[in-house]
Amino acid sequence: MTGGMMGKLSMDAIPLHQPIIMGAVGLMVVGGLGLVALITYFGFWRALWFDWMTSVDHKKIGIMYIVLALVMLLRGFADAIMMRTQQALASTGGAGYLPPEHFDQVFTAHGVIMIFFMAMPFIVGLMNIAMPLQIGARDVAFPYLNNLSFWLTAVGALLVNVSLGVGEFARTGWLAYPPLSEIAYSPGVGVDYYIWALQIAGIGTLLSGVNMITTILSMRAPGMTLMRMPIFSWTALCANMLIVAAFPILTATLAMLSLDRYLGMHFFTNDAGGNPMMYINLIWAWGHPEVYILILPCFGVFSEVIATFSGKPLFGYKSMVYATICITILSFVVWLHHFFTMGSGADVNAFFGITTMIISIPTGAKIFNWLFTMYRGRVRFTTPVLWTIGFMITFTIGGMTGVLMAVPPADYVLHNSLFLVAHFHNAIIGGVVFGCMAGFSYWFPKAFGFTLDERLGKISFWCWFVGFYIAFMPLYVLGLMGMTRRLDHLDNPVWHAYLVVAMCGALLIACGIAAQLAQIALSIRNRAALRDLTGDPWNGRTLEWAVASPPPPYNFARTPVVTTRDAYWEMKRRGVAHRPFAAYRPIHMPRNTGTGVLISGCAALMGFALIWHIWWLAIISFAAAISLAIIHSFDEDRDYYVSSDEVARDEDRYFEQLGSQA
Amino acid sequence: MHEPRGPFIATTAHGRAAGGAAHADVRSYLTGFLLSAVLTFIPFALVMSGTAPAATVIPICVALGVAQIIVHLVYFLHMDGSSGQTWNTAAFVFTFVVVAILVAGSLWVMYHLDTNMMPGMMPTG
Amino acid sequence: MNIQTRPLTTAPLLPEVFEVEEEHHDAGAITTLGFWIYLMSDCILFASLFASFAVLRDATAGGPTGRDIFSLPYVAVETACLLVSSFTYGMAMISAGQGQKAWVLRWLGLTLLLGLSFVGMEVHEFIKLIGEGSGPERSGFLSAFFTLVGTHGLHVTSGMIWMGVLIAHVLRRGLTDANRTRLMCLSLFWHFLDIVWIGVFTVVYLMGVA
Repeated sequence: MTGGMMGKLSMDAIPLHQPIIMGAVGLMVVGGLGLVALITYFGFWRALWFDWMTSVDHKKIGIMYIVLALVMLLRGFADAIMMRTQQALASTGGAGYLPPEHFDQVFTAHGVIMIFFMAMPFIVGLMNIAMPLQIGARDVAFPYLNNLSFWLTAVGALLVNVSLGVGEFARTGWLAYPPLSEIAYSPGVGVDYYIWALQIAGIGTLLSGVNMITTILSMRAPGMTLMRMPIFSWTALCANMLIVAAFPILTATLAMLSLDRYLGMHFFTNDAGGNPMMYINLIWAWGHPEVYILILPCFGVFSEVIATFSGKPLFGYKSMVYATICITILSFVVWLHHFFTMGSGADVNAFFGITTMIISIPTGAKIFNWLFTMYRGRVRFTTPVLWTIGFMITFTIGGMTGVLMAVPPADYVLHNSLFLVAHFHNAIIGGVVFGCMAGFSYWFPKAFGFTLDERLGKISFWCWFVGFYIAFMPLYVLGLMGMTRRLDHLDNPVWHAYLVVAMCGALLIACGIAAQLAQIALSIRNRAALRDLTGDPWNGRTLEWAVASPPPPYNFARTPVVTTRDAYWEMKRRGVAHRPFAAYRPIHMPRNTGTGVLISGCAALMGFALIWHIWWLAIISFAAAISLAIIHSFDEDRDYYVSSDEVARDEDRYFEQLGSQA
Repeated sequence: MHEPRGPFIATTAHGRAAGGAAHADVRSYLTGFLLSAVLTFIPFALVMSGTAPAATVIPICVALGVAQIIVHLVYFLHMDGSSGQTWNTAAFVFTFVVVAILVAGSLWVMYHLDTNMMPGMMPTG
Repeated sequence: MNIQTRPLTTAPLLPEVFEVEEEHHDAGAITTLGFWIYLMSDCILFASLFASFAVLRDATAGGPTGRDIFSLPYVAVETACLLVSSFTYGMAMISAGQGQKAWVLRWLGLTLLLGLSFVGMEVHEFIKLIGEGSGPERSGFLSAFFTLVGTHGLHVTSGMIWMGVLIAHVLRRGLTDANRTRLMCLSLFWHFLDIVWIGVFTVVYLMGVA
């Protein structure tokens, strides 16, 4: 039915006859209501709105990004467990418990959520928390935009999750290849949910990228030349350059797909001159840099962790920087290796095969740098270090299987098989997830003022590490045996055994996630004992450790002057870290604003309305979002001063804490 | 008082704009405008007269288009590579490289795909 | 775990070497740089559309080709509007530099009018084509044509809305530092759109007819 007030939306959109979906929706609704009840009970609404949702403080925004990422990790992982159990149950001829149309939505949602709403927010969150502190800045260049970016990302995540209960999600795989994603073959709202969730979140990511680059280029502390910048900030700069250069391609490509679907155009259709292969070409021109957007900051995290816990400066700092820049450029010339089999011929495939092999060289150089940093260091085997070592082993294997597939003839055999699935999980779990976890446990004390429980952290690491190998090594074997990806049921007793093993691995990873949740809960309970009074729990080297944990809103009472790399280490060495001041100046700070939340709310409504063809609502909410932005531009009251008394009070308390530790 | 020499302010240590008097700006904009008008007129006239074959006209149009873009960058956007614009210029060069890779790469990939996969279905001009 | 090698000094205050008072960042320059970086991303958005157009330009599916539907004199007038508007915007910037608020508003108004004529002409061209059955759903070529040219038109339209808002800002507060920065950003945007249009008329119209 079309043309009514509510477009395509009716009560039929709610899948009441699907017990599994309704169970999940029920769980979400109950969880949500429980959360609302708790917030109300403790009277947190005011604090939630004024201190968090409307906050323009990069540290708080970073924390919100990571909370979003962790929640989405649970959702995405639930999808993963469902796939592994379905394939284990349905590999001897049975139907399993997931009907095909549901299984297809599950693997699509898993990919979309894990990349866009778990990994991306996690990375952006870490950058938000650590980068401005590392470069000695008060905040990011555009604090209000930062808040808006977060909420736009959150709206994307919201839309994906709404699709569970209202309508359906795409059944196309995480990149929604046409012609399958065209209206002729996917007439439902699933692909529209996909498009608008990614478009809205993508704008948030792009704005955040612009913001971070500007921050790094123009707000570094005096004396911090680029070659004195901590490696994590370097990788953040390069990753954000990739965001700014690659995300517009995604936006344009999805826009063209929407024009096909909404206005009957023929970019990627089978008929009337459309060319589906152009979509695949464009989406990977974004997709490959995206891989490096995720992994580069993780390389940065590992560099910080390994230098700190080895008690040595990073080996080969300059080569690390140049390797990062090389990867940034090279990541734009390898995209065709995702579709060698499309048929561009030998010249094209050979070129992209060779560039793919070349890009592994700077990555390999980095591995050696980390190893040499550890060499003869006094390595402390804390949780972040375990994640780092786990990464070095796992990522090397993932990289080697990747180079294997960079050989076009080999790729013709392995394309679309479980070998590929095993490869990219090997790189993404071993690289990005381990990196996020390392960064999480490394900077957690900086963000919250207490460290995380080490014992549970180590348990979690081992569950993840061993679980990963048990879950994905069988997939390599299955891929070589010829099992293609995305099979919802099959009949092959030989494969069955491997799939059961893989499921056990996934369950072990589930234990790892459970241990992490327990770790967070236990650490919050024991926070008094775990308190980080010095602001420097790891004997750190970079400026984020030179301030209290959690840092005051203005970060640095006075801007540090940087004379070397590892600026804080140098200050400690020369005995000039943490010197109290006789007097403080008032500090100029941006004021919190609700505009970002409101605009994002409008964007959520607009996205929902466009998905369901409720045109009047789409127009109204779009106009409202623009009006809000214009009204905000007339708001002159955007900043305030933290009085010198307040600064002195904060700093005195910090010095007292420091004194109590001396 | 700000003295904008166009969009890029070369900032001094005091965060103030440096250099450039207003009449120089008018001249800069006028020069740019006239050059631009000429560079627009020639390709339009060339194509509209229809005398030369496409194989000659197209490269000329592209070359004049590139020249006009450079004119706009120099006279309207005042890009001159001075030290105040390091990052603007670097960002522009990076973008230029990505655009070149994206457009040329896509055309290369798709052209080979067409010739290999769909002979006759997609006539190539 | 908590290894503390930090030499904690409570020594009397040394001369300030390692800290400075709040560093003075020029907000205007930072905003302009940030906006320029955003523009670079917009540039790549257009590059994607140009690449799609280039791939689909011969996918006419039996429908009209560029030669059949483009009118170069019409496009020349559109181009003239946009080119002159770039110049008038430049004049507005010079007036802003001289602090002449009234002239800033006049030049902005003129720019707005030229932008309006450009968009009006483009809308007219689109309506005419759709009326002739050469709408964007006719072929891959026309989809790519309408999308590329239409995206540029949408950008010009949003630039005009922004210009309207900016006129209100200047009327309200005068040529404050904040408003000068805004004028500067819009000027980047406006000149940028003119550059994109050079690509459009060369690749779409001239190469389509030649």
